[in-house]
Amino acid sequence: MKIAISSKSNVMSSELDARFGRCKYFVLYDTEEKSTAFIENLAAEQMEGAGPTAFKQLVSLGVKKIVSGDFGVKIKTLCSDFDVRLIIMREKHTIEEIIKLLNH
Amino acid sequence: MSRPKTVRRIADKPLVSGFKPYGAQILGSKSDAVFLLYEEYEALRLCDYDEYNQCDASKLMGVSRPTLTRICMSARRKVATAMVEGRQLIIEGGKVEIDNEWIKCNDCHCYYVKQQEKNDDHTCPLCGSENVKEYDEEDENGSLILQKRVCCGHGGRCSCHRERRYKKNIEI
Repeated sequence: MKIAISSKSNVMSSELDARFGRCKYFVLYDTEEKSTAFIENLAAEQMEGAGPTAFKQLVSLGVKKIVSGDFGVKIKTLCSDFDVRLIIMREKHTIEEIIKLLNH
Repeated sequence: MSRPKTVRRIADKPLVSGFKPYGAQILGSKSDAVFLLYEEYEALRLCDYDEYNQCDASKLMGVSRPTLTRICMSARRKVATAMVEGRQLIIEGGKVEIDNEWIKCNDCHCYYVKQQEKNDDHTCPLCGSENVKEYDEEDENGSLILQKRVCCGHGGRCSCHRERRYKKNIEI
């Protein structure tokens, strides 16, 4: 299963971004292959509707869970339609820590 | 461009995802099913099952009273169509936000969305702990879910124009 994590930059020690639609990078973590990949968030600079665009980008990559600091109203209504699970993490964690948690 | 629809708050998803007619001479195909939106189901539940008046029901759903009436009318019409014409009724879609859908994990302090179909709501998807509980808006001042839209005593859904104008006047 693929999990997307919003990230502030493209290194493993970077922090989890508190915003979903306008974070700079997403980390794609594959639970079966234990592999990570950084992808740029194409919607980050958009004037409006960054959340849904980023969401569609992730859904087209087959993501089933998204970890971020918070999600906007538009995403919350979208997630049930696309069978994607949203996970909100309010505390400060680095990407490495999140992945360690996911490997429970 | 028209103003986007406001998000309707619904308490929970319906128990079933639809109804099928039985005993019919000619079985209808799935293509002529009637689609009842989640918000219409919720309006029916509040107005006809729980017998709230439309004003209270509209506040619960976070829409204006006239909008609730429109949702309710369309819901009744759809249910009636399905019954009279012997068509299937499928409950899905709509612009809604579900109230009781967040669960909090006490170990890693994350929040996640319920997914009824998969039956794995009791383990945290992040750390795998089973120390989870349903998120209660009142316990934690509702910081996670959208702020309540009722804010200026205007009832129902309010866009706060009055309050904003009032504040501006003070600054001047």
